[in-house]
Amino acid sequence: MEVILEQLLNGLTIGSFYALIALGYSMVYGVMKLINFAHGDLFALGSYLGFTLLVSGSAYATVTFGIWGGMIAAMLIAAIGTGIAGVLIERIAYRPIYPAGRLPAVVSALGISIVIQNGIMVIWGPRPQAYSSKFVPSLMLNIGGIRITLMQIIVLIISFILMGLLFYIIQKTTFGAAIRACALDRSTAALMGINIETVIFFIFALGPALGGMAGVMVGMYYRKITFTMGWNYGLKAFTATILGGIGNIPGAMLGGLLLGILEMLGSVYISTAYKDVFVFIILILVLIFRPRGLLGEKVAEKV
Amino acid sequence: MKLNKDTNNKNNIYKYLPIFLLIIIFLIFPFIINAYWVDVLFFFGIYALLGLSLNIVLGEVGLFDLGHMGFMAIGAYTTAILNTTLGIPVIILLPISAIAAGAFAWLVTFPIIHLRGDYLCIVTIGMGEIVRLTLNNNPFGITGGSNGVYGIDFPSFGSIFIVDNSTKFYYYIWLIVGLTIIGLVNLQRSRIGRAWNCIREDEIAAESTGIDVRYYKLLAFVLGAGLAGLAGNVYATKLMIVSPESFSFMESCMLFSIVLIGGMGSIPGVLIGAAAISLFPEIFRTFAQYRMLIFGTAMVIMMIFRPGGIWPRKRGAVEFKSLLLKTGEDNG
Repeated sequence: MEVILEQLLNGLTIGSFYALIALGYSMVYGVMKLINFAHGDLFALGSYLGFTLLVSGSAYATVTFGIWGGMIAAMLIAAIGTGIAGVLIERIAYRPIYPAGRLPAVVSALGISIVIQNGIMVIWGPRPQAYSSKFVPSLMLNIGGIRITLMQIIVLIISFILMGLLFYIIQKTTFGAAIRACALDRSTAALMGINIETVIFFIFALGPALGGMAGVMVGMYYRKITFTMGWNYGLKAFTATILGGIGNIPGAMLGGLLLGILEMLGSVYISTAYKDVFVFIILILVLIFRPRGLLGEKVAEKV
Repeated sequence: MKLNKDTNNKNNIYKYLPIFLLIIIFLIFPFIINAYWVDVLFFFGIYALLGLSLNIVLGEVGLFDLGHMGFMAIGAYTTAILNTTLGIPVIILLPISAIAAGAFAWLVTFPIIHLRGDYLCIVTIGMGEIVRLTLNNNPFGITGGSNGVYGIDFPSFGSIFIVDNSTKFYYYIWLIVGLTIIGLVNLQRSRIGRAWNCIREDEIAAESTGIDVRYYKLLAFVLGAGLAGLAGNVYATKLMIVSPESFSFMESCMLFSIVLIGGMGSIPGVLIGAAAISLFPEIFRTFAQYRMLIFGTAMVIMMIFRPGGIWPRKRGAVEFKSLLLKTGEDNG
């Protein structure tokens, strides 16, 4: 029983990373109908920004704000950095291509992804970097026989606060209603007096910002970061997005958490080597029976 | 009537002249460049073949396929395993790997062919990743895990002619590419090609004119995968080793870019796209670590200035009209 609970907690932790990244994919897709392939690399960029603040450069974030303040400062600055990067990418690489349809934007996104990935490699070097344990709270807790690290608790709390905040903004506020209206029909929303520019700015800033924060947390949780990690996490998060139903905010959260748990259970009960195969097979099975994902609503085909 | 025919012929000669010139240039290339560039041009040929194969699925029918490398992997591993364990000559395995990849494509796309757009896209990504990860995990001890399978023979026609050096491999791949292009041009102009394009333009209209959408989509996947399997065979025999890392998601994305940079559904476009993707990193090799940065930037700039690709396919009203007439005839 303890083993299952521990694995569920591990899965939930990984799942919350996927969910945070998936939210970025889902928001952008919902409004722009664009798969932002550069999103995974923005996540990696966030991780490296956090690394610079926390570890290299004589760790000024930790020195100035203490271990907790440093962590929060690193996450905030990484979020701001990736948010700015996200908006810039939209302005430079996507905006001129919108009139040409969706596919050229995919290639442009792939190009940007290559640029960010290799940019990271040029700046921070091709070797993996490590978040030193000095700057990361590390404590193993034992609650009723279940082993859990302090870092896990922090990750879970921060992710759930962020997800809750986003859920509140999207579902309860007027601005959230504007975003949802844009996701349904952009041109009609514009006719209703919604400022599309603000909505696009918001989703391209907030999505990568969430990804960037997830990046810092992944760095602190696993300690090791590589410049190619954006592809792996991006692919998983994109899978989570589709699993939950693309363009659907609660769907992305559910998909991410579910994917993390499935991955953990797969690696415990099936085999570590085949855990990703297991995840993709589940995804394909879900899509065969629910072609629009778990929470995706059925949309009638327009003729 | 006669006059009309003559002018037609004259037009044809002028039309085909650039192509003949291009073929001649390609034939004399290995004599004027060094072995390194012959190899580069060989890989250009491989990318061209892969681009053409993805072009069937993505360009002609408009199905998002981001796991195309998975099909190539099936072809390459079929060749590698059957050649190293049973000693079957690779030239016999050429059609066999194509059939294996095609059969695999039919098997995996059969249940999911009804999915649309991005959902199909993620399923093909998943499929490609499943293939790569499974090969990496060495099922039944036949794929050699991450080391791959090595010691694959050179292609040989009996014992008379063995393809064993860069120049021969260069002619070998471009012969295959040339034959494929002839086949695909004919396919484009056939009933099948028109049905594919019709599905791409408007699936519902296609279905209502009596085109079996499901059948034609599956056909595109099987043919595309078969060609990719063929490319896998040549690739395996050239490198003499196949390993799972050659068939990564990144490579599938590159193929996707080849088709879009060149121009969807356009055969000359795909060749140009393949040249761009395979030659660009070689030309910019002097920039060392910055070359991929330049490469990515070039992809973005390319799409900003020519979103339809370098050489987009021209679709005239005549073609569409003839399509409607043809389907009407066949139904009646």
